[in-house]
Amino acid sequence: MDILKKEKKLIKLEEELIELDDEKKIESIKSKIEDYKHGMMQDLSAWDRVMLARHMKRPTSKDVINAVFDDFIELHGDRNFGDDKAIIGGIAYFNGQPVTIIAQQKGKTTEENIESNFAMPHPEGYRKALRLMKQAEKFNRPIITLIDTPGAFPGIGAEARGQGEAIARNLFEMSAIEVPIISIVIGEGGSGGALAIGVANEVHMLENAIYSILSPEGYASILWKDAKKAKNAAEVMKLTSYDLLDFGVIEGIIKEPIGGAHHNPTQTYEAIGKRLQQSIESYYNRSSYEIKTARYTKFRKIGFFQRFNYDNLKGVVK
Amino acid sequence: MKRDVLKNAFDKQRQFKSKTVSYRKKPLQSAKQPDVPKGLYEKCQSCGKTFIAKDMIKNMFVCPSCDNHFRLRAIDRLNITVDPHSFLEKGLGYITLDPLFIDGYEQKVADYKKQTNLDEAYIYGYAQIESIPCVIGIMDSHFMMGSMGSVVGEKVTKSIEYAMVKRLPLIMFVASGGARMQEGIFSLMQMAKTSGALKKLDEQGLLFVSVLTHPTTGGVTASFASLGDIILAEPNALIGFAGPRVIKQTIKQDLPEGFQRAEFLKDKGMVDKVVHRHALKDTLHTILKMHQGGSE
Ligand SMILES: [Zn+2]
Repeated sequence: MDILKKEKKLIKLEEELIELDDEKKIESIKSKIEDYKHGMMQDLSAWDRVMLARHMKRPTSKDVINAVFDDFIELHGDRNFGDDKAIIGGIAYFNGQPVTIIAQQKGKTTEENIESNFAMPHPEGYRKALRLMKQAEKFNRPIITLIDTPGAFPGIGAEARGQGEAIARNLFEMSAIEVPIISIVIGEGGSGGALAIGVANEVHMLENAIYSILSPEGYASILWKDAKKAKNAAEVMKLTSYDLLDFGVIEGIIKEPIGGAHHNPTQTYEAIGKRLQQSIESYYNRSSYEIKTARYTKFRKIGFFQRFNYDNLKGVVK
Repeated sequence: MKRDVLKNAFDKQRQFKSKTVSYRKKPLQSAKQPDVPKGLYEKCQSCGKTFIAKDMIKNMFVCPSCDNHFRLRAIDRLNITVDPHSFLEKGLGYITLDPLFIDGYEQKVADYKKQTNLDEAYIYGYAQIESIPCVIGIMDSHFMMGSMGSVVGEKVTKSIEYAMVKRLPLIMFVASGGARMQEGIFSLMQMAKTSGALKKLDEQGLLFVSVLTHPTTGGVTASFASLGDIILAEPNALIGFAGPRVIKQTIKQDLPEGFQRAEFLKDKGMVDKVVHRHALKDTLHTILKMHQGGSE
């Protein structure tokens, strides 16, 4: 049984609870719900987490911004081509301190999703993000990025305007930004489209978020020529927060309420706020050189391979 | 599990030991033969005509009839680009591992190693072009479509660092299908690693020329390939971030003629110059000559 079916069962139980007026029965169903939550809802497969990360009710970037930050002023456009609604950016107060926010925005309804292109950015989105990061550097405020995208948009216009170059330029420039960058993957972290705003000093993931080189569907169709094997792909790809923490690719996991972030959004926002505060505080007394070097060194080290020290070999002509 | 990984790596080291010796016994310069795939004739994929392989080598693997640029092996690229006997290969001894335990991945890598006589899809080292020293890096699309996994990412980064240590200009020939899916998130992170290293190269005022050849797509386009001070491309090379098939599926309409080809990219301002393979060495030489004073 996958997580969506489990969730339906839970909702059904909760509906039963409302209709009842018998004290004893209420007690029994309440304990049943608690048992259910602690058993079934907690033991999640990678595919369950994929579905939670893409859940229609999952808090979006705008929800997080509204709940965690104050006085958000959205800043539009890349000063060159246009304004990409898949990436929103701006300035806000975080616990009284000005910060720059860059976030990928998914919609909760079909109309919202069409408006924000299902959070799949075009080059101008990445260029807007870079413009705002440079601005943050100038005014010495921390940068917070919220990652939630299936990937960069594959389209004719996107290619013609240099999707590859736009992403590459962000990776290039972000490696040397002199203010701290904190990234949180709140839903889907899809390929280069996510990484392009994710070259951060610290990358945190919500517990049920995913971060991968490609969608499980794409992965299955490339490796096994069958998009329907996405479920298997999800298990193989090691895309959950726990896998990535184990690999040392991310710095931390932000716990979600049982059943996923949307079951108790307030609790999720509190957890995000708390983690952000801790992270930002840890950079208070660090020089700009230290901050950018730490970020560069972190990414420089990532890789899974062996190198054989051929200097010690006999018979090798160097 | 971790212990297994270590043990595997150790076994591989031992296998590698014997392999390294035999690999080195065949010096790179004399390995001209493997470019003639079985028999003495080469067929052009574009016009279907057949040519004598010897003539093809002389013509730098450009079709004499339709001007189609064949995909080059790293060794052939080296032979037509750098001065004879000037190449000194660096960064040997990297061993590709299987971080996600994908069925058949190790075997695939082993097969490609055998087929191509390479350790991985990228080689780099010191070389001279018309006596001007430089660092040269070449991707080989015959090795698993030139995809970038941990080893390719590391070697690309090392080649950038080598250029910084030697204070030499860096020339990179790119040919890649993108990130290597089998290494998952590690492949993705190589994009950040290589781009970050190029930022350091940039800050030191060194020249980076990126030459895009057929095909250059995916995570490689979205990292080091697009970050050259000067970006050259070979005629009709496919260059893009998303593959044409994926774009077609997404937007559900046919793609315009010449879309994502080198000339299209030049037209859109994404590539500095499209250069015929016959003129490439001269162009590179002129560029290197003009930058000899450095940026100081
Ligand atoms: Zn031809």
